Amino acid sequence: MERVDVITGTTAAAIAAKLSKVEVIAAYPITPQSECIEVLAKFIADGELDAEYIKAESEHSAMAACIGASATGVRTFTATASQGLALMHEMLYIAAGMRLPVVMLNTNRALSAPINIWCDHQDSISERDTGWIQIYAEDNQETLDSIIQAYKIAEDEDVLLPVMVCIDGFILTHTVEPVHIPDEKKVRDYLGVYEPKHAYLDPDRPITQGPVGVPECYMETRKQISDAMEKAKKVIKRVNEEYYEIFNRRYGNGLVEGYNLEDADTVLVAMGSVCGTIKYVIDSLKEKGKNVGLLRVRTYRPFPKEDIKEMLKETENVGVLDKNISLGFNMGALGIEIMATLKGKKVCNYIVGLGGRDITLQNIEEIIKHLEESEDGETKWIGLKE
Amino acid sequence: MVTIGAIIYEPGNTTRNKTGNWRTFRPILNTEKCVKCEICYIFCPEGAIYEDENENFRINYDYCKGCLICSKECPTNAITKVREEK
Ligand code: SF4
Ligand code: SF4
Repeated sequence: MERVDVITGTTAAAIAAKLSKVEVIAAYPITPQSECIEVLAKFIADGELDAEYIKAESEHSAMAACIGASATGVRTFTATASQGLALMHEMLYIAAGMRLPVVMLNTNRALSAPINIWCDHQDSISERDTGWIQIYAEDNQETLDSIIQAYKIAEDEDVLLPVMVCIDGFILTHTVEPVHIPDEKKVRDYLGVYEPKHAYLDPDRPITQGPVGVPECYMETRKQISDAMEKAKKVIKRVNEEYYEIFNRRYGNGLVEGYNLEDADTVLVAMGSVCGTIKYVIDSLKEKGKNVGLLRVRTYRPFPKEDIKEMLKETENVGVLDKNISLGFNMGALGIEIMATLKGKKVCNYIVGLGGRDITLQNIEEIIKHLEESEDGETKWIGLKE
Repeated sequence: MVTIGAIIYEPGNTTRNKTGNWRTFRPILNTEKCVKCEICYIFCPEGAIYEDENENFRINYDYCKGCLICSKECPTNAITKVREEK
């Protein structure tokens, strides 16, 4: 039976993993992810979920265990954040290179030093090129739905790539919201059992996974991952629609979501929970007869270039909000990529909310004002103290 | 064609794989100059040097990596090098 619970983002993710009937969970606790794996541990202890729970001694080992488990042909899950994700770095490449559909929750958090447990996107952005699909959820409902969708996407034979669902640390992980929890059987029917053709353990079919890739073949494997990323765009869109038909919820076209884009000649581009704040400001401006739009990038990898180009082709003023900074370029990663996508167009970049710095309604208004007045594309840090 | 995930589905295929394809220099063994001291045979890190049926030392180019240790160690300079042609 579908029900509505008032829960945190981390609990929503744990419930989604349970509904997806994961068979192996390997994890190491880290703020602000801990609640997710605690809830999963409780599900197993209470007999509500029949899964192996591997308590790893580090995130590096947790990902290694997930890779090993996934390589045997079972559905696996883990969750991490910040330094934990950074510690997984080399393992992330291996999961992608072995084409293993591991799904992970990343609760976005700033990287040290100084030690900071609060939200920004530097951790997952730094793992941009590992071959993982990255979905940024806006709220707790989308967190739950995205984890379920992540298995559908990752296990698709055209994709076979790991997926990380990124949610804003504390802003979503520790804030409760009403979340529709779909019927367990319905989710299981939707996902089915993971039955890989390429990678599973069977003594009657001995295989070697993770072999040496000499110069004669390594480049081809990278091209295959690149092609799978391209194909994933179509799969993500399809999954978004299928999910809507069955569970009655969808998120834009799966890759991007437009909000008040028609009529708007000023558009903000952003990812994650700040989009909720931006939507609120857009609504209040609309009442005052002013049209500002939002383009929410839901999947940062694969990057929805084509959709962004199409949706912003009429827009004069594009302002990109980044909760990360590419040091030495003085722009955030999303800003750089939007600039590359919209070649020649004016793109202003706003560095916001690093290390949990609050992004207020006034900040968003300030950004819109700056964007409308600015002649050229430039980078501005918002909310800095004097 | 590389399989998805670079998975190898045939066990034991390493016995068939030739591993001598990244050589830059090819060692050439001159049996006329060779005194059969076995030094190259002992030093070759790949085990690529063998004795043929006429008890002449030869180099198996399917596995020789072109490190030229053999050429350096040979006391009679019986092993010279040429640039590998692909
Ligand atoms: S070049 Fe190196 S690998 Fe080749 S035969 Fe000589 S010692 Fe062995
Ligand atoms: S080291 Fe030189 S002389 Fe000795 S066996 Fe080898 S080729 Fe012949």
